[in-house]
Amino acid sequence: MTCPFMGLAFLGRLEESSRKAAQWLVERTPVRSLRDWAISFSLWPVHFTTSCCGAEFAAVSAPRFDMERYGFLPFNSPRQTNLLLIEGTLTRKMARAAEIVYQQMPSPKFVVAMGACAIDGGIFHNSYNIVRPHELFPIEYFIPGCPPRPEAVAQAIVRLHEKVKRSEYGVKARET
Amino acid sequence: MSSSVMEARLLEKEGDEEVYEVFIGPQHPASGHMRLIVRLEGDVIVGVDPDIGWVHRTMEKLAESKEALKAIPLLERMTIIDSQNVTIGYVRALEKLLGVEPPPRARYLRTLLSEINRIASHLYGMGLAGIFVNHSTMFMWCFGDREVWIQLAEELTGARLTHSYSVPGGVRRDLPQGFKEKALKAIRYMEKRLDEYHRIFFDNPQVRARYEGVGVLKPHEARRLGVVGPNLRASGVRYDARLLGDYGVYDELEFEIPVREEGDAMSRLLLRGDEIRQSMNIIRQVLDKIPEGPILAEKYLRLIPPKLREPALKEGRIKFPGIFANLKLPKGEAVARAEMGHGEIFYHVTSDGSKKPYRVRVVTPSFRNVILFRYLPPGHRFMDLPAIYGSLDYFPPEADR
Amino acid sequence: MNTGSRLERLEKGLRDIGLEPVKAPGVLRVDAQPESLVPAARLAVEHGYDHLASVEGIDWPSEGVIEVIYHAESYDEDLRGTLLEIRVKVPRDEPRLPSLIEVWPNALFLERETWDLMGVVFEGHPELRRLLMPPDWDGPPPLRKDFKVKTEGVFVNVE
Repeated sequence: MTCPFMGLAFLGRLEESSRKAAQWLVERTPVRSLRDWAISFSLWPVHFTTSCCGAEFAAVSAPRFDMERYGFLPFNSPRQTNLLLIEGTLTRKMARAAEIVYQQMPSPKFVVAMGACAIDGGIFHNSYNIVRPHELFPIEYFIPGCPPRPEAVAQAIVRLHEKVKRSEYGVKARET
Repeated sequence: MSSSVMEARLLEKEGDEEVYEVFIGPQHPASGHMRLIVRLEGDVIVGVDPDIGWVHRTMEKLAESKEALKAIPLLERMTIIDSQNVTIGYVRALEKLLGVEPPPRARYLRTLLSEINRIASHLYGMGLAGIFVNHSTMFMWCFGDREVWIQLAEELTGARLTHSYSVPGGVRRDLPQGFKEKALKAIRYMEKRLDEYHRIFFDNPQVRARYEGVGVLKPHEARRLGVVGPNLRASGVRYDARLLGDYGVYDELEFEIPVREEGDAMSRLLLRGDEIRQSMNIIRQVLDKIPEGPILAEKYLRLIPPKLREPALKEGRIKFPGIFANLKLPKGEAVARAEMGHGEIFYHVTSDGSKKPYRVRVVTPSFRNVILFRYLPPGHRFMDLPAIYGSLDYFPPEADR
Repeated sequence: MNTGSRLERLEKGLRDIGLEPVKAPGVLRVDAQPESLVPAARLAVEHGYDHLASVEGIDWPSEGVIEVIYHAESYDEDLRGTLLEIRVKVPRDEPRLPSLIEVWPNALFLERETWDLMGVVFEGHPELRRLLMPPDWDGPPPLRKDFKVKTEGVFVNVE
């Protein structure tokens, strides 16, 4: 750029328009499908154990089922993850924490609800201290079972892979 | 923003630099679902406030709203990794209320599953203790070997974790064919693995440096604080609810209660390994001594319609008729204690003569061990907190119920 | 003084302060008044019951009382088979009891939980704040009988 002042004067708008242009480009088919293909192999769930299904969640990442071969690596910080697995019952106290964790995750992000309790309360349907996760999050898949077997969790993850590869995940997952 | 507010936020106040609070959780790399509010002075912990209740699913209230038998699967969800031991206390309390005793074969089968579950639970705890000090190998090994025992339990009961195996008066299923060989094979495998655990984890100098001499609990302190389970026995107190002879066939078997004197985090870990060995010893004896006979008390077998009774006895699977859920609990109360992997569980069931229990009080071992989060860490460095947490084998859903 | 087992001596001591211990299988049951709770507890500690296994509240709306039950436990070989059960009745509309935290230190969390879920106030307890319930809970104590939860439908009875 010849004139440094010109650059300064247009910097604000330039940045915004270039961001919009990049967004437009990313949303077009070839780039977008490349991006979604890449995302689908790095579904990292945040290590957020809400309830007792966490025991089976731990078994999913342990040697016998070994979900790491699908790029499924539980990770500590919500900032580096894109998948929130609601593991069982969500109590009222925990729901607030889950919302904060979800807000901290970068988009696109996905939520999978694991266990009967995460669908509609399950065995605790009449408890006074639980929350239905679908009222709080856009959920991609529900996994039935109390607790679901690790194979069922694996199936949900594989389904989610396919969904992401086809770019069919919800608008909410992309933007919020 | 007024200038005083700005000043307050910008300038240091007196006392600011001395104590500060660190919030750990509820989303943290450990077993999750609890928050520790740690007050630090420099790098030294001056106080910890365990903020529990993140998984409070109101078990005691819901148990009042269900028929007595239906509360068994409910209470099982407290400690899903140890579900036989967590419900056996409740089943014993119901049996005392109903005045029924399980037949010998059922008692042996209960003991068998109790010990299988104890091993699985200890492996879970040891695996997490590994991940607490970033030793991923221990986590992977323990969780991989835990699957062996879960598979055995699945073969016996039909479910990976939620067995609902014991019911008042007996058990739901008989021993499957070829179980003994598989169990003995698992024991041989596990014995070999325990030596390897020592090689890679327990005798690892890095692990020793983190766990040894940390969080020492003296015997008299452990008694006064009402600590239970391996945490108690690692402090040199020889107490185990299995010694009470209230349930199972522990009074007919020969086994030791491992006790260690040091009371630090390392001895709590090592004690779990010792207990796994003893549990395998018990399983061996149970498989040798198990008598033939019915698996449900005569009183309840008669309730099953004759058409269903014959195949049930032949197949060794009890399918309950609806009448079983409508058992009336006689008026009264019963207390039962049982030893879980994490420690002693206490049940007090009060009945007013209806089908539903009037009040079910349960005090779980993790709830009783919460007090150690207050008691042990002060005076340690912040780095030692994960080691203390890991050695306590704390399971939040159990404490919060 | 040193005649009989520790349990018998405890029974005698409890009788001396005007209480009536009753023996049941595995349990030594004592009905106490709020005033005699602390002396009974101190006596129990002297005789080896050095920690609590449980603090429990049972709501009896028909009698208008909440019954608070303490189960004390010992790890010693001679006492471990028997639990000491101290039962105290307090009025339902104003349940107040002295805290036993100085006698049994591990009452810290047990009493706090009973306050949280049953609404019994333990006077002298240093931190009666929410333990299991969410911090902003403002409903009635959930374990009381007038707090109703939805129950399941009628179970079909097959004869």
